[in-house]
Amino acid sequence: MSATHSTEHTRRDFLYVATGVAGAVGAAGAIWPFIDQMRPDASTRALASIQVDVSAVEPGMSLTVKWRGQPVFIRNRTEQEIEAARQVALEDLKDPIARNDNLPADAPATDIDRSAGEGRENWLVMIGICTHLGCVPLGQAGDFGGWFCPCHGSHYDTAGRVRKGPAPENMAVPTFEFISDTVVQIG
Amino acid sequence: MKTFLHGLAALGLGIAMATSAEAAEYPLKKPPQVEWSFDGPFGTYDKAQLQRGFKVYREVCSSCHSLDMVAFRNLEDLGYTDEQVRAIAAEYEVEDGPDENGDMFTRPATPSDYFPAPFANPEQAAASNNGAAPPDFSLLAKARAVERGFPTFLFDIFTQYAEGGVDYIHALLTGYEEEAEGHEVPEGTYYNPYFLSSASLAMAPPLSDGMVTYDDGSPETVDQYSRDVAAFMMWAAEPHLEARKATGFTVMIFLVLFGGLVYLTKRKVWAEAH
Amino acid sequence: MSGGHSTYTPKTGFGRWMDARLPLPRLVYDSFVAYPVPRNLNYAYTFGGILSLMLTVQILTGIVLAMHYASNTEIAFSSVEKIMRDVNSGWLLRYLHANGASFFFIAVYVHIFRGLFYGSYKAPRELLWILGCIIYLLMMATAFMGYVLPWGQMSFWGATVITGFFTAIPLVGDWIQQLLLGGFAVDNPTLNRFFSLHYLLPFMIAGVVVLHIWALHVTGQTNPTGIEVKQKTDTVAFTPYATIKDGFAMVVFLLVFLYFVFYIPNYLGHPDNYIEANPLQTPAHIVPEWYFLPFYAILRAITFNIGPIDSKLGGVLAMFGAIAVLFVVPWLDTSKVRSAVYRPWYQLFFWLFVADAIFLGWLGSRPAEGAYVAMAQAATLYYFAFFIVVMPVLGLIETPRRMPNSITEAVLEKNKPGTPAAQTAGEA
Repeated sequence: MSATHSTEHTRRDFLYVATGVAGAVGAAGAIWPFIDQMRPDASTRALASIQVDVSAVEPGMSLTVKWRGQPVFIRNRTEQEIEAARQVALEDLKDPIARNDNLPADAPATDIDRSAGEGRENWLVMIGICTHLGCVPLGQAGDFGGWFCPCHGSHYDTAGRVRKGPAPENMAVPTFEFISDTVVQIG
Repeated sequence: MKTFLHGLAALGLGIAMATSAEAAEYPLKKPPQVEWSFDGPFGTYDKAQLQRGFKVYREVCSSCHSLDMVAFRNLEDLGYTDEQVRAIAAEYEVEDGPDENGDMFTRPATPSDYFPAPFANPEQAAASNNGAAPPDFSLLAKARAVERGFPTFLFDIFTQYAEGGVDYIHALLTGYEEEAEGHEVPEGTYYNPYFLSSASLAMAPPLSDGMVTYDDGSPETVDQYSRDVAAFMMWAAEPHLEARKATGFTVMIFLVLFGGLVYLTKRKVWAEAH
Repeated sequence: MSGGHSTYTPKTGFGRWMDARLPLPRLVYDSFVAYPVPRNLNYAYTFGGILSLMLTVQILTGIVLAMHYASNTEIAFSSVEKIMRDVNSGWLLRYLHANGASFFFIAVYVHIFRGLFYGSYKAPRELLWILGCIIYLLMMATAFMGYVLPWGQMSFWGATVITGFFTAIPLVGDWIQQLLLGGFAVDNPTLNRFFSLHYLLPFMIAGVVVLHIWALHVTGQTNPTGIEVKQKTDTVAFTPYATIKDGFAMVVFLLVFLYFVFYIPNYLGHPDNYIEANPLQTPAHIVPEWYFLPFYAILRAITFNIGPIDSKLGGVLAMFGAIAVLFVVPWLDTSKVRSAVYRPWYQLFFWLFVADAIFLGWLGSRPAEGAYVAMAQAATLYYFAFFIVVMPVLGLIETPRRMPNSITEAVLEKNKPGTPAAQTAGEA
């Protein structure tokens, strides 16, 4: 008698627990779309990677494109600019890290590591945002012939490395790739 | 004490039986039901058909009908690779700008661009088409339907009939007739008994056998073109149909099982009340 | 919220601390755990819970849709399509919201008819009933304004027709219409204010729902016998008995609701609303959403002038009258017996009324021409006759059936089939 009673009891407890667990699973599943809808939508994600034709950008010219809502500077540097950047010793830099998403996180901020790499040293692709407080620096200005941020006076050299002023880091180089000699894909 | 519920059920049925649908004046003929790969609870799009339909749209319809809400990137749903989508997009010119001189310019489209419209605005579209602006294709498969009438509309709940739009499009494209007995066909319009709002429409029969080349061996007939382009339009109007039906199945199964558990729990709980 | 004295005893130190400062756990316990409900409630009584669920679904999906929607006539239509195409799970949220409105109304109609059948509006529950009527009115306003937001053809022309009602008011009608629209026709200012109010009203509904439940918990629920609770054996505790039963009903309701959402999401909608609003072209037939069709039929049934009242004003008055009459139902019904279970004649007229309402709904979807007009007039006549003639007169002349002495007795009789009492009470 008591055995039957306890079996009955166990079966009932199992039923209650199973119902409760199923309800929790259902609730979790129902919540997901409400969170999912906050992520960037398909039209935004479609612009997460862009292709830019740089065939018209001669040495000494720059192109600014909008990528993920931010300006990206694409500069075809002159020989003098490259040479000036190469002359700088690493220990003179305020930030000795390359800040290049295409390289390991600890890559040094040499000119080649800041540029598009071997054979494309003339190309500099970086997010045109001052690492201090997010202003957009002016090109070919400042004490080092690179960029100058008018907001709080940060000076960047011709490789986009911070040399003077309150900015803590070199301007960031985004993930990019030359998919042909004239087209660069950013992102 | 189930009087109220029983009464409600009986009454709903009774009323439904008692009423009868009145045949509307137009369309003169109801569209025949076509079998679609995407109908029913497990329906999916036939990618080869969508690609054929897209070809028909591109080579025939797109000279008059826009596809405003579809972007080139969406074509990946049709089974095209990223490269193919870029190549298709590059065949279209879209307006961009202004450039540094303040001028608008055109450039080849990229996947994130939307299909450019054949006309600058609805007024131009109407002016170029005998006064009737060709409707946009993005939502047409959901924006058209012929009234189903009683009691069919009740059965539609259980058969999940949601293809009124595509059936209509298929019927319209294949339904042009020479003879219009007893119907006056105004100048510049074409008799079609399936047309929703009158006996004839401003669009000339757009398709003819063999006008679009298929490379997968499908018949190059007006009927096949119509099916394919209608399927393409269904996809354009409801791109998430497959995800919707697949999610629905999971949800239904879950709710049946969960409902069963709750019912058993309810029985156990109430057994102790008596 | 509960009328009776509280049986809540905090078990922990924190519980006692909390109870002395903010007795929220006591309120929840008294209202949703210990609260006694009649033991003989059937599934028609689960629709109150279902309605709370649907209100929650609508508010939650609405809040997230508002994160993507743009209430500007230039982009409203395409912003909805962006939700349908690009926003993650956007199609699901939008279909839930659109079909949710319909299922909200399905539930509220069952709830209202249940109240009419079992006499739930009779003293001392008049205020409870009136609060329900206010909720219903707010629901209609919310649904109407929400339907305008996608800015399709039916949105636009529905808004044009409905706001046109106000022009029927003598002297100030045009002024009121312009005030509502913010212009001479439905346009951007209209869309913006409708969006604002569509966001506000559900929270007002939620507020009135709190009052509705409060009033319910003061008087206690009615039950199919219509006999008030007399002894402890007449009731069971809300939790677990009513909770689990409501829960089961909710799952079944959700099953049907989600079947529509996932398989036939456009079944209850109108194809024309997938065409962007065009102020220069009216659709062939303007049809409101199905839940307004009976009132739409009543509006169009008045095709004749009544003395100084022209047919336009007459139609509008009849339509608003059809809703207004619900407010005075507690005083129209003269019967001493609450539940229709013991009133065979009332039952007959009640089901005729339900049939009449469905018939009016069907007529509302037909063009207002030919025989439909006469049918709509006859149906409208019965609609009002049910409230103004049947309810007061029948209450005075009808002989009710024998009633059990208590809920417990009714339950016992029902569980012993074959006795005459069980036949009359259970299977009437």
